[in-house]
This record gives sequence, C-alpha cells and structure tokens, in this order.
Amino acid sequence: METNTTHTTSLRVNGADYRLDVLPWVSLLDALREKLNLTGTKKGCDHGQCGACTVLADGKRVLSCLTLAVMKDGSEITTIEGIAQNEQLHPLQKAFIEHDAFQCGYCTPGQICSGIGMLKEGRAHTREEVAELMSGNLCRCGASKGIIDALMEVKEGGGYE
Amino acid sequence: MTKLPSIGQPVSRLEGRQKVTGSAKYAGEYNVSDLLYGYVVNSTITKGKITAIDTSAVKALKGVEAIFTHENRPSTAWFDLQYADMDAPPGTVFKPLHDNKIKFNGQPIALVVAQDFETARYAATLIKFEYEEEAFITGLVTNLDKAHEPKKGLATMLKPPPPPPVGDFEKAYSCAPVKVAAQYTHATEHHNPLEMYASTVVYEGKGKLTIYDKTQGTINSQLFVANVFGLHYKDVRVLSPFVGGGFGSGLRPQYQLFMAVMASLELKHNVRVTLDRSQMFTFGHRPQTVQNLRFAADAEGNVTAMNHSGIGETSSYEDYAEILTSWSHMLYPAKNTLFEYDLVSLDLPTPIDMRAPGGVSGMHAIECMMDELAYELKMDPLELRLKNYSETDPSTGKPYTSKALKQCYLEAAEKFGWDKRNPQPGSMQRGNKLVGYGMATGIWDAYQFPARVQVILTKEGKLILHNATTDIGTGTMTVMTQVAADEIGLPLEDITFDYGDSKKPFSMFQGGSAITSSTGVAIVAVVKELKKKIIKKAKGIKGSPFSDIKDEDIIFKDGAIALRSNPELALSFKDIMTLIKETELKAKKMAGPDVLKLKNYSKATHSASFVEVEVDKELGTITVTRAVTAVAAGRIINPKTARSQVLGSMIWGISKALHEETILDENLGKYMNANLGEYHIPVHADIHDLDVIFADEKDELINELGIKGVGEIGLVAIPAAIANAIYHATGKRINSLPIHFDALL
Repeated sequence: METNTTHTTSLRVNGADYRLDVLPWVSLLDALREKLNLTGTKKGCDHGQCGACTVLADGKRVLSCLTLAVMKDGSEITTIEGIAQNEQLHPLQKAFIEHDAFQCGYCTPGQICSGIGMLKEGRAHTREEVAELMSGNLCRCGASKGIIDALMEVKEGGGYE
Repeated sequence: MTKLPSIGQPVSRLEGRQKVTGSAKYAGEYNVSDLLYGYVVNSTITKGKITAIDTSAVKALKGVEAIFTHENRPSTAWFDLQYADMDAPPGTVFKPLHDNKIKFNGQPIALVVAQDFETARYAATLIKFEYEEEAFITGLVTNLDKAHEPKKGLATMLKPPPPPPVGDFEKAYSCAPVKVAAQYTHATEHHNPLEMYASTVVYEGKGKLTIYDKTQGTINSQLFVANVFGLHYKDVRVLSPFVGGGFGSGLRPQYQLFMAVMASLELKHNVRVTLDRSQMFTFGHRPQTVQNLRFAADAEGNVTAMNHSGIGETSSYEDYAEILTSWSHMLYPAKNTLFEYDLVSLDLPTPIDMRAPGGVSGMHAIECMMDELAYELKMDPLELRLKNYSETDPSTGKPYTSKALKQCYLEAAEKFGWDKRNPQPGSMQRGNKLVGYGMATGIWDAYQFPARVQVILTKEGKLILHNATTDIGTGTMTVMTQVAADEIGLPLEDITFDYGDSKKPFSMFQGGSAITSSTGVAIVAVVKELKKKIIKKAKGIKGSPFSDIKDEDIIFKDGAIALRSNPELALSFKDIMTLIKETELKAKKMAGPDVLKLKNYSKATHSASFVEVEVDKELGTITVTRAVTAVAAGRIINPKTARSQVLGSMIWGISKALHEETILDENLGKYMNANLGEYHIPVHADIHDLDVIFADEKDELINELGIKGVGEIGLVAIPAAIANAIYHATGKRINSLPIHFDALL
C-alpha cells in the first residue's frame, strides 16, 4: 500500500482541539467513533444513504461517513455530544423527548444534527418542506411524525440558533 | 415527581436524555482497550464448494492478526443441537465456517482480524476463493411444484399448522351465489434495523467473556455462545442495554456473534465484529409468499366458505414457518373452510420472523379478498365486516378474553369520515389525482411468555428491578417502571428497571409483542411478594403500630405502608429499613400465563385501518394522504410509547404496500439491491396524516394487567387497506406487493 502514511489532522470537536494522526482512508465518522470515542455519531450504512452519521462541520450538516477525516483539517465539528450546553438540552433535543421522536434511538443523533443544520439553512417554510429537507435521514422505527412535529415546534418557536 | 397511578399516563421515555445526547451506547460502541477488529468475507456464489483459498496477499499486510476460514477454524461443538438457539426452526442449523459447502449467496466464509477497522476491511477484499459451483434455485414463484409440508419441531408450538378443514369447502364454494378468487404474491423484505449487527467481545481470561451484542434476547445469545464454544453458562455474560432496532432480526444470534467470540477465544483478545449494510442482507428476511384465496357468500352477505392456501419460502437446511393462512376463521364465521400452508426449500438463508410475521402477509390477502367480496355483493366493505362479525372465535368456538374490534371499526370509520365515500371506483377526484378510500381488519396473537424478575428494596426505600429482557425501542424500560410504580406506590424517580443483561433473571427474547405482558406480569407478582415481606418486617418492629393489623388492611402509598382506614398512620420504607437494620429486602419470582384458565378462551389483539390514497392520473404515483388505525389491545400502559409503536407499524404497513422489496436475481441467486439507497423504505416526505385510536378494551381474563401488546398489530391491516384504496381510486386490483406506479399505468 502506498497510502499507509498518517497525516496529522487538526479538528476542533465540540469545542475541544484534537490533533490526530490518521491514515487518509479513515472517514470522519470512524475517526470520531473509534479514535475520539465519540460514538454518539452513528454508522447506519457507511455509504451516505441513511443520514445516521450526520454531524455539523463549520455549522453545516454533512455526512461524516462520506467525509474523510483529513478533508476536515482545521474544521470545527459539532457532534450530538456537543449539542447540549452545560447539561442544558438544546430545544430540539427537548422536543424530541416530548414528541417521542425516536424509538430505538439509533437514527436520533443524525436526525437532531441534520435538523439543526436544516433549520439554520432557512430553506424550509412549511411542514412539507421540512419533511422533504429531512428525508435524507432515515428512521426505520417509523418515528417520522414525532420527528417532524418536534422540528416544527422548534422552528415555530425560534430559539434554535 | 410523577403522580400515580402511572399506568395510563403518557410518560416520556426514561432513557430519552441518553438517546438525544448520544450517550446511549450500542453493541459496537464499547471501545475497550486493545480492541481488534474483525471483518467478515461472504461467498460470491450461491451454491457449491470452496475448493481453494489464497490468503497470501493478506498475510503480507501490516496490522493483520488472523484469518479464519473453515480450513483453520478452532473446533466448536459437535452436535447440531448445540447450535440451536431458542428460536431455531426445525431442521439443521447453519454453522458458520463449518465446512467448505456454500448454501447461499453471501454466506460468511472467512473472518479477517486486524488492529484497525480499515485494515480488516481492506484485507477482507484480498482473500481469493476458488469455488466449484452447483445448480441452485432461489425463486419461489418458479418453484411452487417443489412445495412440501413444513417439518415439525419445538418451534411448531408457537407456530401451529393451519387448523383442519371444516364442512365441505369445495361443495359450498361451487354452489355459492357470490364468490371471489385471487392470487396474492409478496416480495422478500429485510428488516434493516438502522444499527448494523455488531458484537464487542471482551476477553476476561480463563474461558470468561463479556459480550456487548446486538440481539433481541440476551439469554438466547448467552446460551448459544456457551453451547457452541463449550463455555460455562455463568462465564458468558451478554449485555444489550441499547438495541438500535430489531423487528425480529435479532430473535436468533447472528453470525457476527459467532465470529467475534471465535476470534476472541482463539486470539485471547478483545474483538469486535460489525457487519456492513450489504451483509445485513445475508441472513434472515421476511419470506416471499404466494397465496391463493377463494371466498364465497350467500346473497345476504354472510361468508359461507373460505379457502386460503399459502406457500412460503425456507432455506435448504431449516423449515421456517409462519402463521400465514389461519387468520380468516378467527374473524369470520364461515361454515366451510380449507386452509393449507406449505414451504419451498430454496438456496437462500433461512427466513426469520419480521414484524407481524405471517399475520401481515396473510391478512393482506384475506382483507383484499373481503373487499372484492363486498364489491361482488354491492355492499359497503365495512358493512360486510360488521355483517360477519363474531364475538367468539369461529375457528375454536371459544369466547375471546376480550374483543373490541367493533369499536375499532366504528371509531376509526367515524374519525376517518368513511361515510363520505362514494363506492364507485374512480369516482372521487382531487385535481389531477384519483382519490381512494380503503379499509381493512387486523388481528394478531396476544402472547405471554414466562419471565422471572428480582426486586430489591434498598435502605433508601427505593426499588430496583432486574430482568434480562432488552428494550429494542419499544419503550420497555419506561413501561416496566410504570408497572412497578403503581404496584409498590413509589414515584418513577425512585424505581430503576435494570435490564439488557443475561446475568439477570430469565426473559424470553423480545418478540411477538409479548414482553410487556410477560415481564409486566412478573413484576406485579414479584412486587406483591416483596410487599408481603415488607409487611412482615414492619409488623416485627418493636412497638410497631401494624403488629395486630391484618395484611389486607395495610396499603402501600407514597413510599410507605399505611393503615387503610387511617392513611395518616404510615411508616416509610426508609424508616422500616432503618428500624429493621437491613441494607436490602429482596424477592424473586417467576410468572407466566394462566394456562389452565386461558385454555377455555381465544386471545387476540385487533385493529381496523382506514386509508386515503391519491393516485396521479398520468404518472400513477401513489401517496397515502391519510390513515387512521384503531387498535384494541387491552389496557394501554403508556399511551405515548404505545402510540409510537402503532405509528411506526403503520409506516411499516405503508412500506410493505408501496415501498420495500429485496429484489432477487434468480439467475445469480442473489439479492440485487442490498443497500439502503436501493432498498426503499419511506422517508419523512412519504409520511402524511396518521392517526391512532386505542379502543377502550377491558380484559380481566388475559392477565393481571389486562394487557395484550402493541408492537405488531398496527401493521397488520395497513397493506390491505392501501391496496383496497388503490382499487377504489383506480378500479385496478393489484395483488402483488409492493405496488409501484408502473402497475397502474
């Protein structure tokens, strides 16, 4: 293999700085889960088809399984572990609990990160648009109604910045 | 503080915070030290033998620790029986890496273990296999002539064959004034829980293992590992505190468990094996089915004759059976019935129960047949159901422990606005869309398994309960805490339900919508036992005001015992514990269904679904715009989590009717869409207005809690209701699921 030299990659994850020596074939998802022990970000397909691995990179929602860790050198990453502030849940996290927007919980971190990114994008104005723009995040338990209800509540309430 | 009674309150999931903050850990997320990573290699042929294996390219790779194939695998148990898990169908269980024979495409044939995940994955691509291929069959429809009667075994107890014929079907059918007949076919489906199968095996030394496994049964996995690898039961501990969905796929130990344990024992090391998404299509699935139905009625609409003959798929090595064709006679009192069920053995992995196995496939056919019959009779489909409504179970003649199906029909019809339906197909339109209304009935068993629970009252006066069950997202932990809260009279905050661990007292695997009744009833039983102990201890305290009080005059309230006649006179659990100078009070009890009583009754949950679809006139695209499902499942412990179960099931119904299908290439003998991009399940944008009603159903016979389970019933009626709505919209009967737009063009 020609690729087995590690690259030093600087990531700021949830406000903490990390310098990782990673091989270029390591996805951001695997770097988070295996190297930083941030297992809140989930692997559901590893092919960008399910959305479970969604994180915020420099404020934008990205699929961490389709992102190599080395590509994000110098970036600020927010994972589900960094969404609550000092034990204080984000309004969307609270709304997810209240609306029972999950069952098994495995797609939940991706739904929440994607939802926060989606709300910031400001493109969704109606319930239908929210559902459409969240359709990259699969939920096999079928919690769609609770998920969209939670997002609509937070969207209408403002307070998600 | 939560208020009691807790049962009936929409309590939010107690583990909610862990799930929304990412701290909930699943099987493949325990990053123990010195962890090795395994990656499985799968067969690229469908049937035959491995004739040669070349691992030279892998051996040269830095970081590879071991390669396991059938040629070098460590010895495991000799007898097939030792591989048989609690859910094994009759036959010979599949043994990974056992020999050079290939029984299905995607069969696991090697495991590469490396120091990191990426190296293991890369190395897995470098092993070269040579095969000798043999002819195979994988299609059901093209091999119906090979159907055989299912083998019988232990599993037959839970899945009996269809009941024998009643009356004379052929005669009744041929003489009947009104009759319908049709064939229904169903595609293969894969469970695809979003969490992929994973096992993290912690090597504790001296034949001891701690295993974080994705499973629906911790004890099932524990027994499997101990039996196969010759370990003592007590030395194998399986933990599954969080399970990222199961839907039946975790009712049997999956092959990553075998692989990870084998490698861990051999290398004396911590090992994790996680399957990838394509590998999630290489074990159990919902089988293809072909069903032929013939129903007849008299001129007034009384159903007189029902024939339901179904053929399912199984593997070449086990006879997996479903209850597919027995359902119609549990609903409709026809005097002449003929039910049959056979299997075709195919060169595919053994199917495994998938949410409402058999029930959803069988009821799709039955309820579409009923719709056709209603049209033939020029009768409203709901009226036909009500005309043939039976308070007792016609298939056994026994009364139901409870049956609020009529309320389901009426309440859901009212909420849906069924009376606004013009029965003429194609008569209702909205812009360029044809609008259709369809309805169907659902029925599912009300299982209860034996379960054992241990309860501990701590010196702080708090309660801890132990049981081995999992919580696969159903809300089990929350619901069990609620049951215990009401029984002991403590707020939810003071109760811990500790679960997901094979070391804890017995639970069956989590399937069949059975855990709430199974573990719930055991909790009631064990807490009653504890209460007796508490009273006895309280009475024994020197100068106790309860000494001369009869047990039945003592109540449990707000974490204390008190006099029924004067609740002011109370002694808190905490004070009792202090006064008796004990650190804890314990009780353990096994409970199960009251078999003697229940043998005089039939038991079932019921549902009715009403669905509106829009079909685009030009494109044929189908949208489920509205659906209402009413469920009769006894007492609902937690309306919030129960509603989520039913909503999720309804989406599964939409998916089965319109979306999901694993596409088999019969020439290659392999699934062609083994990924989540091409295996379609509904996305958020596919889901519109869904409504759930719980019918008020008091059941004092089924069990002490009056509960029946809600995990599957919400799915059963939806596919037929959608197919019937599509007929109403378009005048086309599409009897093959899933229904795609091209069938309507």
